[in-house]
This record gives sequence, structure tokens and C-alpha cells, in this order.
Amino acid sequence: MKNAIKDITKEFDIVIGLEVHCVLTTKSKNFSGARNEFTSEANANISEVCLGFPGTLPVVNKEAVRKALMAALAMNCKTPNEIVFDRKNYYYPDVPKNYQLTQATKPVGVDGYVMVVMKDGDKRIGIHDTHLEEDAAAMDHFKDYSLIDYNRAGGPLLETVTTPCIYSADEAVAFLETLRSIFLYCGIAEADPKKGQIRCDVNISLKPKGSEILGTRVEMKNINSFTNVRMAIESEAVRQADILRKGGELTQETRRFDDVKGKTFSMRSKADAVDYKYYLEPNLVPVKVSDEWISEIRDEIPMLQFERIEKYIEWGLSRGDAIVLAREKGVADYFEDIVSGGVTVSVAANWIVEVMLGYLAKLGLEIGDISVKSGMLVELISMVESGKVSRNQAKDVLEIAIEKSEDPVKLIDKMGMSQISDDEEIRNIVREVLKEQVASVEQYRGGDEKVLNFLVGQVMRKTGGKANPGMTRGIVVEEITKG
Amino acid sequence: MGDYDFGKGLKKISEELISGEVTSEELVEVSLRRAKEFEKYGAFVTLLDDESDKKGLTASAEETSSTPPEAGKSVLTGIPYAMKDNVSTTGVLTTGSCNILRDYVPIFDATCYRKLSEAGAVMVGKTVLDELAMGGSGLTGYTGPVVNPWDETRQTGGSSAGSAVAVALGVVPYAIGTDTGDSIRNPAGNLGVVGYKPTYGMISRWGVFAFASSMDTVGVLARSVRDAAIVADTMRGRDELDMTSYDSGELVDGLDGDVKGKKLFVVKELAEELKEHSLDIYENYLETIEVARKAGMEVLEESVDRELLKCVCGVYFAISCAEATSNNSNLTGVIFGVREDGATPDEVMINTRTKGFSEFVKKRFVLGSYILQAENQEKLFKNAQRVRRLVVDRFNELFEKYDGWLAPNAMGIAPKIDEEVDRLSNSYLILSQYLAIANFGGFPSVTIPSGVVRNNPVGVNITAKAKDDAGALNIAVVMEKVIGFKALDEKLEEMSR
Repeated sequence: MKNAIKDITKEFDIVIGLEVHCVLTTKSKNFSGARNEFTSEANANISEVCLGFPGTLPVVNKEAVRKALMAALAMNCKTPNEIVFDRKNYYYPDVPKNYQLTQATKPVGVDGYVMVVMKDGDKRIGIHDTHLEEDAAAMDHFKDYSLIDYNRAGGPLLETVTTPCIYSADEAVAFLETLRSIFLYCGIAEADPKKGQIRCDVNISLKPKGSEILGTRVEMKNINSFTNVRMAIESEAVRQADILRKGGELTQETRRFDDVKGKTFSMRSKADAVDYKYYLEPNLVPVKVSDEWISEIRDEIPMLQFERIEKYIEWGLSRGDAIVLAREKGVADYFEDIVSGGVTVSVAANWIVEVMLGYLAKLGLEIGDISVKSGMLVELISMVESGKVSRNQAKDVLEIAIEKSEDPVKLIDKMGMSQISDDEEIRNIVREVLKEQVASVEQYRGGDEKVLNFLVGQVMRKTGGKANPGMTRGIVVEEITKG
Repeated sequence: MGDYDFGKGLKKISEELISGEVTSEELVEVSLRRAKEFEKYGAFVTLLDDESDKKGLTASAEETSSTPPEAGKSVLTGIPYAMKDNVSTTGVLTTGSCNILRDYVPIFDATCYRKLSEAGAVMVGKTVLDELAMGGSGLTGYTGPVVNPWDETRQTGGSSAGSAVAVALGVVPYAIGTDTGDSIRNPAGNLGVVGYKPTYGMISRWGVFAFASSMDTVGVLARSVRDAAIVADTMRGRDELDMTSYDSGELVDGLDGDVKGKKLFVVKELAEELKEHSLDIYENYLETIEVARKAGMEVLEESVDRELLKCVCGVYFAISCAEATSNNSNLTGVIFGVREDGATPDEVMINTRTKGFSEFVKKRFVLGSYILQAENQEKLFKNAQRVRRLVVDRFNELFEKYDGWLAPNAMGIAPKIDEEVDRLSNSYLILSQYLAIANFGGFPSVTIPSGVVRNNPVGVNITAKAKDDAGALNIAVVMEKVIGFKALDEKLEEMSR
């Protein structure tokens, strides 16, 4: 596939636009009091409103609006002066009212952009708009029946539409990861693809290299993982290139990506396009968006991934380490806390990237889950630096501390692990060992320096491994030469 | 209890309940007995008696109202009433008089019903409407036509047909209706009862089957303006489940009967048209103008652009059909309602809707759908909304100078059953839907009986600026007193003999 894509890009520009749907985290659904929460139990979080019973009315969830506005601002979008919703009319059982409330006339954000860090530099992705709407139910179709789970129906869903400015699967996936990080940094979504909380429609067309005119666009709906986005883009680019090379014409259509077969299949052509008959929802009173509210929300947006990466590189870290550290807000915050605790940037980065993240991955934990707070790690690192414990000891203790939810410094005391760095104390033990190991001492004096390791080892044994090995070595040599 | 008179007024009935002269059980029994006695009028979808309880479709009256609070808790405590069957009542069949919903038993209460229940009002039945509240004949409910007690060859009007008939037959002292174009006021005028459509949003629409959401209101059919105000007072108020609801002031308090110096206007073009169309109705209308003057009010003639008035009917249909199409697209049989079989989800929905709706309703859906289509929306829907705004602006302008608009309630007496009223005709276009102007602007609008013409009651309508319900009702109370309409009382007396 890699080579096929490489060949295509010699002849064609691949032009991609994405529509990303992300479920926002709120207590209740977008227009009703039903719980908005992922659960595997079907139809547990439902109410008369999300089932569209006669006489029910929507009420705007202000928290969902606030979070959508935050996303819009984080994506550098312009925000409207009021929040209104439109009805998108179409018949399908996954939308019980057979119209979906969405924002066609006044999206919560328009004309924005998102900066994406790529291997070979930064890329600016245009955001056409981002709008708040209600989610549809999940449906499973079987041979002669279908099952519907309305848990998701009516949940707050933010749809973000890019401009057609993405030119490769790499860029598409990098954008999706960045977008996800923005949502997570802002704390407005869980955005877990496995829970169907972030899904994506991909629009793709090919045009002769350098041409100004866009080719015929194909839409692929509801792709549920970033890996599948990559596969869908690549397989569809290959399909389109094959047709174009043979002099064929593409039809504007909607295709379904089959992740088992790794291919796309036609769903419907543009001729079958639905007229959604959009019109303003009359049951909702417009929610005013004041300048004060906007600046309040803006103030709540933390420094995002892109800016943090830039900052870390400025601090002297490698691009690779900066990206790893800024991937998750929790990790980035933890890292920055350690730095402000007095640990130098490179040491702090090393501890997080090389040690901490490895343990978290191994234990299957998130940084927010662990009880080893940044202050504890700062203390542990300073113990290593002052020679109170060895680096290896500290690493071992950290792992145990994370696993057992304990303070690593207290753990060191408890386990009697702190290193003996007292000259007098070590010297006494060394003398004891030298008295016992007369033969070895003689061997050393005879020029066999290898025996030194044995003697140091004996001291370590006596101290239960706590003697500072460097100091021990020096003292052993001193004592033999003296003696 | 054989001839208990519900026309004596809610306050009087309540006093009799408190003094123990009558009991709530006796009143409910009177209502149920009369409802059965008048079964042929087709007013009820469901009666909350022991029989309905046995069918398992409904709870009995006592159960649904739980334990009625002791008499006197509110004026409505212990007094029976009827509810239009497009208002959601937990555990009680609610059909919208639509075949698709003939087995639909809601799991939640409409706010207006909850408030009435909390006040101790006793619902005795659910009344027939024109299917899904669309239409003004009383003929299109799936249970069959509602019969006009004044003249069985004539329509009742609608869509709150069953509610109007239940009050006009003395089955209940009041009934709840809904009004999107004139659905309370139209049958009220035809049957000689009071019909009150409050300001949009004064009574929560939560639980009320949506017809045209931007115009739908809940209101009251009663024997007197004061009774209507008492009932509306019980139901009104801001409801967090309806974003368009608001808190109005107490209505009954405003009924002080002082209208000296108040100014009313009549629309010249409407009067001219009426004079040409039916002289006897016009004459009755002139009498009501004199009544207003006699009561100390000033009545002046104002002009409204004929072209604008001609648009009202078309605009009403465009907007209401468009909204109705979308509002009723939940009726597919997938989650609730009577589901027809099909091989795919699409087929299930198509078959359910094909079989479940009458041609009359389908026609409106097709019209609404056409109006909302991308290529027609600007010309038909958006323009209709613009004209609606122009009409509302003109009337708001008038309401700045006047306390109310005095209008004939209808262009004639109730039409004959076979008379087609759901077709736009160019002659008398101005007369066919002007009461909907109150729905365009959300204005409060009260219809009171103003006399009998050709053996049928006719009414006069008072409409005021939005949120001035108290003002409109106060004018109506005074006019009601001066008019002194007795024909319904006499008719009921005659029927009971």
C-alpha cells in the first residue's frame, strides 16, 4: 500500500476533508434530562424526550453549549451571538423524532483552524465549522430484524468539519489525534473511539498534480477508528486512481468502508441525496452568547498540546520528547509540576518519558489514576541526586509505589532502602570484611585487581545492598593500601 | 343529583362541595352518567369509568387523580372536567384521535394535566379532536364525527370538538382544549360556550401533542369567562420543560369589571366582507359593538391592508402544515403506536403511516413537506414567516393604541356536515382564518357567545396584545354580562326535561 500511495502522489494530489463527530461529556443529554453516559446495557439511559414521545419538548443543555463553545474557541473559530438549533428532517429509526436537532444556520464556531505537529514541521488545518447536534441511536441489523439502542440518542455531539486542506492519510490521522487532544485538554470529551465517542466521515477526491480544480468527491461515512481512517483513505485513493488512470469518471457518492475487507463499497449516489428540509426549531428560545460568557470560557481553556510542544522545544527538549510529554494534558501538567518543583528540564523529561510512562503502560494506568503525586517524584529525584538512593533503587521504588499507591519516599524508609553514604559506617564494615578475607586482600596486593569486585560485593552483602557502591570501592582500596 | 347544573360557575360548585351540599363523587357520577346518556354525540374517546378500568387501557378517575385533596384546596378540587385527547396523561389512553395512536398510553404527564391533578381537579374523560388537532370540523377523529347538539346536520367545528360538546352538553363544567389556528374558539363559538386561548407560552406545552409548535397553545372551554380564567390560572406558569413558557400574573384578580375608557378597534375590511357574506352574522356583530359601547368602552374602526388580510389563510396553512409535517414524523410505529409490518425499517414506517393517517392529514403532510423542500422553502416557508411578521407588526401597532380587537368569531354559523371547509377559496378569503392572527402573534384571544342566529349560537371574539390576558378576559367578562347569553342554559334545561 505504501508504494501504491507513493505512486499515486507522483501523479495526483489527494484532497481530504474530514467531518469528526465527538460525544461531549455532560451529565445529561443535549435536550433532555436523560443521563449522558456510556453504558453497555442497552436502552438504560433513555427518557420520553430521547424516544420522541408525542408532546415532549427539547430544552437546551447549557453545559453542552458551554463545552461546544470552548471547543470552538480552542479551534480558533468565530462564535455566534446566540445559540439556535435547526431541525434536520429525515426518516430513520435511529432518530426517534425523525428529525435531528443540529446547527445549520448558526454553528457554534466557524472559520477556525487547528495547528498540527507533523514529523516534518507544523501544518495548519482549516476548520470550516463546528456545530452542536444530537446523537443518533446505535442500530444493529440482522437477517430479519434490527435492534436499536437509544442510549446514545439525543446525546450532545459536536461535529467538526475541516476545509478540504488535508493531503495525506498521515495528515488526516495527525489532525484527528490533535483534535482529540484538544477535546481532552479542554476536558469536554472522553473521545474514546472504542466507545464510539469519536467517529469520522472522510471526503476524498483526487486531482491531477498541481491542478486547481478539485476532483469528484466521495464521502465515506462513520469510520470508527483512526487506523481505519488511514486504511479507508489509502484504499479509496487507490480505487479512484485506478479509475482515473483508465480514463474513467468517478461518481459523486457515499461509500462505506469495510474494515475487514479493507475496501470501500458504494452506499448511495448523489442522486439519492436526502433533502433535509432544514428549518429553525421553534421550541427552543435562542440562548444569548455574551462577550463576558465567551471570555469566561476562553479563560478556562488550558495551554493546548501544540503550544506545549513549542514550549518544551524552547526549553531544550528534543521534538520527540516534547511530543510524548504533551500528548496528554495530565502527563504534561505532571511534567511541568516537576520542573517547577526544581528538577532540571532534561532530568524531569527523562524520568517521565523513560521511567514513568513505561510503568503506566505496563500497569495499564493513567497518570491521573496514580497516588504518586508530582511533589513525591520531585523528592525522590532529589534523593537520587544527593546520592541518598541509587537511580536503580529509585526506579524500583517508584514502580512499587505506583502499584501499591504509596509515597515512594516513605516506602524507602519502610523498606530500609536508603543508601549508606556515611564514610565512617562504610569504613567499619570494610575493615570487618578485610579482616575476614585475608587471602583475597593478599591476592589484591599481589596485583590481581579483579578481586576488588569480590571485596566490594562482600561489603554490599553485609549492608543488604545499601552501601553506596562508589564510596565502598574507594574505601576498600584506601584501607588495603593503608593496611 | 339528576339535574345538577354545572353552569352555575366553578366558584359556586366549589362552595357547595365545601359546605357538603354535594360531594365530588356525586359530581363525577353526574358527569359520567351524562356522558353516557349523550354517547351519540361522539365527544369522548375514553371515559374514566369502571368499564374503561376493566379494559385495562385506563385507570379509573379516582386512581388517576390519586387521592383528591380535600374540598376547598383549590376552586377546582373535586370538580369533574374533560381533557382533549392530545394531552398526555400517564396511564390513560391518549390518541390524538389518530389511528396510529389508538393504543398509546403515555408514561408521562403533560404539565397542564399535572397542575390540574395537583389542584384536585377530577378528569372524567378524554375528548375527541380532529385528527392530530388538524382541521376545524370535528369530523376527522378516528372514533367518528362529533355531533353538534344544536343541529345534528351541522359540524361542531374544531379541532377541540369533543371538549366543546362536553361543555355545551353540561357533561362537565369545563374542558381543556388546544388552539393553533382557532381550535378552541371556533367550536366554542359554534356551540355557545366560552373559548379562551391564552398568550403563547402562558401555559406549558409540555405533554401536548405538537401540531404547529410556534402557534400551539393550551386553553379552556367553559360556561363563563370567569370559569375559564380560574382554570387557566391553575395551569399557567413557567415550566422548565418548556423553554417558551413564562410566568404571567394571576388572571382572576384582574377581573374587576372596570372597562370604562378602554378602547377597542374593529377591522373595517373584515366587517365589510362579513356584511357582504352573511348579513345576519354581521348584524349580531354590530350588536356586540353596541354592547361594548354600552359598557363604557370606545370602539373605533381601523383599517388593515386587504392584501395582508388575504394572506393570513395561506400563511397559516403554509406554516402550520410545514411544522406539522416535521412534528408528526415521530409517528412511525417504531417505538410506540400501532405498527404495521414491513421487511425493512423503512417499510415499517411507510406502511404504518400509509395505513395510520387519514387522507385529510396526509394531504397536509404532503403540503408541508413541499413547502419545506430546499427549492421551495425560501418562496413558500420563509415568505410565509415574513408575512406572518408583517401581520403581527400591524396588529402590535394597533395594540399600542387599543386595549383590544373586537372581531366576529366566525363568518357564519356552524357549516353543514357535507360542506367542505378545508379548501382555500378565493371568495371571502379574508374571512376564512383570521382568528389565526392571534396565533401568529401569540396574542390572548377569548370568544364568548353573542347570540343565536338561524337557531345556532354565534360568538364574538376579543383579542389583546401578548401577555395582556387579564385585560382581554376583563373586557370579555364585562361584555358577557351585558350580552347575557341564556340560550345554552335554556337548551340544556329543555334537554333535561
